[in-house]
Amino acid sequence: MQRIGVFVCWCGSNIAGTVDVKAVSEALSHEPGVVYSINYQYMCSEAGQNLVKDAIRDYNLTGVVICSCSPRMHENTFRKAAASAGLNPYMVEIANIREQCSWIHKDMPTATEKAIILGRAAIAKVHLNAPLMAGESPVIKRALVIGGGIAGIQTALDIADAGFEVDIVEKEPTIGGKMTQLDKTFPTLDCAACILTPKMVDCAQHEKINIFSFSEVEKVKGFVGNFHVTIKKKARFVDETKCTGCGECTAKCPVKGVPNEFNLGMDNRRAIYIPFAQAVPKVATIDPNYCNMLKNGKCGLCAKVCGAGAIDYKQQDQFVEREYGAIVVATGFNPIKLDQFDEFGYSQSKDVITSLEFERLTNAAGPTSGTLLRPSDGKHPHTIVFVQCVGSRDTSGCGKTYCSRICCMYTAKHAMLTREKYPDTDVYVFYIDVRSPGKNYDEFYRRAVEQYGVHYIKGMVGKVAPRADGKLMVQASDLIAGEQLHIEADLVVLATAIEPDKTARPLATMLTASMDTNDFFTEAHAKLRPVESPTAGIFLSGACQGPKDIPDTVSQAGAAAAKVIGLLAKDKLTTNPCVAESNELMCNGCSSCEKVCPYGAITYLDKEFRMPDRTTMVRRVASVNPAVCQGCGACTVACPSGAMDLKGFSNSQIMAEVDAICQMK
Amino acid sequence: MSDRLKEQVLRTSGVNVLKCMRCGKCSATCPSYDEMEYHPHQFVYMVEKGEIEKLMASPSIYKCLSCFACIERCPRDVEPAKLVEAIRLMVIRQQGQNHLKPGQIPEMLDEELPQQAIVTAFRKYAK
Repeated sequence: MQRIGVFVCWCGSNIAGTVDVKAVSEALSHEPGVVYSINYQYMCSEAGQNLVKDAIRDYNLTGVVICSCSPRMHENTFRKAAASAGLNPYMVEIANIREQCSWIHKDMPTATEKAIILGRAAIAKVHLNAPLMAGESPVIKRALVIGGGIAGIQTALDIADAGFEVDIVEKEPTIGGKMTQLDKTFPTLDCAACILTPKMVDCAQHEKINIFSFSEVEKVKGFVGNFHVTIKKKARFVDETKCTGCGECTAKCPVKGVPNEFNLGMDNRRAIYIPFAQAVPKVATIDPNYCNMLKNGKCGLCAKVCGAGAIDYKQQDQFVEREYGAIVVATGFNPIKLDQFDEFGYSQSKDVITSLEFERLTNAAGPTSGTLLRPSDGKHPHTIVFVQCVGSRDTSGCGKTYCSRICCMYTAKHAMLTREKYPDTDVYVFYIDVRSPGKNYDEFYRRAVEQYGVHYIKGMVGKVAPRADGKLMVQASDLIAGEQLHIEADLVVLATAIEPDKTARPLATMLTASMDTNDFFTEAHAKLRPVESPTAGIFLSGACQGPKDIPDTVSQAGAAAAKVIGLLAKDKLTTNPCVAESNELMCNGCSSCEKVCPYGAITYLDKEFRMPDRTTMVRRVASVNPAVCQGCGACTVACPSGAMDLKGFSNSQIMAEVDAICQMK
Repeated sequence: MSDRLKEQVLRTSGVNVLKCMRCGKCSATCPSYDEMEYHPHQFVYMVEKGEIEKLMASPSIYKCLSCFACIERCPRDVEPAKLVEAIRLMVIRQQGQNHLKPGQIPEMLDEELPQQAIVTAFRKYAK
């Protein structure tokens, strides 16, 4: 028989206002096994914890029931208090009489009755509790950062500066991500390349950072502290170790008409290419879809001109196996496709462009060398209409339900810079709301209006119709004036919604990291654990977790790095002992548990069993890796033979609780 | 009275006016904008405020072409044209008679008239 102490918390008036706490501690004192029962104003306070510790020693308690707030709040507090008094921390149970009782009831007798029943259930469970010991697992002191945009770069630099090895896996031929395509950055208008390229170079030069460019994560196994990752290095047909990035091959390649993805298809590159001048690594890549040599074996010009002998037409995809203690996801975003928005005429006119295309048109390294020219005829546009919220805040199913968060500010930037460089241009911005809550953001937007004379009009554009003479007829609402406007524009810029990169969803499956309905990675806690995934050892950096501008991304990247450093600084991790356990004698090897396990913690072994007649028999039985198991309990439900059980939440413990709740008194 | 009318408009149309985020795309897209006293976005807001009688008295309800461009383009799925239609129906039902009977059709027909117009006319002027 256990010797149980019951501790009923008032939580000030949070509980005591609705629950008669004295009646609860009195009623529970008569339960079987209860040798001590008390109520106190704040159990979580130092004095309250001392009550628990003293009672454990004075009454030789073997089990403790705390009737208080949710175990999410203070379970750890009381477990630690019990441990310091010499009791196994897993002999402590919490009866939640606040969130599940006092806060949701108004009537004191009802709430008191319910509190007593919840306490009784916890006591019934403690009777079946057994001391559990947390295990330990080692930590591999290396981190993997998936995605080499500004988020991944910053996270990698911060981790590496703390002295840990970091690998960056980037699917494109160069790191840098979307930020390399931007012209200026709000609200200070520094040039994006000027502030990003030094960080890219830092990554390349850092002795602790290893860049896998043009590579993808193929497979992830393992668990926090001990991940085994297969990285696919896609064939680029150029030997990275030999290529000097001289550019001789890209100048001589005869295949000229390849749409240049770096400039969003607004100009062309060759079949062998280096995305841009400051690429890291500065190594050429051959596009097998266009290269004549790879397609039909006729050319080989690049190999002839390459002084370093780096061209290798026979190169194959390579697979590299690496081990990591932590993984950071930094897969970033893309603008959405505009197929669902025919009213804006994006597919009908070259002069209707996305904001990212506008960035390229104003960038010195872009297709027009930084002069703002219409894509259709190369003339200067004199009337430009910016349309905000294209596909954002859209619940009709055509776009995204969320606010993309960066568009208000970059549109203000575009409008402002256009007016500064080309004062003869009329610039209209159609907005629903201007959202500018960052530091110096609203001031920035107001400058666009007050100093640069940008026409901000409250209302949405309904239709953009290309006219035969090349003008774009923009029909829009001016809600403040109560008018429908018809503007003859030369260029229309759509502030297109952003969405997570398409690679994020399969990656989340590999990592068993959860995502929301929009394919953004979910954080462990929206407020208190914003850079961690609920899956241990997986961390989130940048726009893969939600739309974010550069300042926020860099802050979050640093935060994710701090969490990774905190993990890698440990030699060993304490594992949660409340994990699944299979009873081998009952297991029939059906694989149901293995199929439902979201963490890949269950494997099957062929094990020899002694039979009653002294023979042996080999049976296939489930085996749980306690270091990987997160204790979700899915396997215990799936198991048809009742062999799978969860330590600390065993079937018998839960049934005892249910019995205690259902018994009539 | 106006609460009851609002209730009736909302029920007949099946529209939730609270979904509107006041972007004005409905009125930006409306081809009859210049003909209308109250514009599509105003229908949504005025129904929300319960000003149904004003809308019922306005010629705007007959100026709506029922082209449903506002429904098609609304980013919040509010469907302003359904409100216009519901209010028009309320007026027609109140008067207790059809403004267009099938028997009148043959004499109105001419070769230029698209069949769609007849369907639309029935939608607007008959119960």
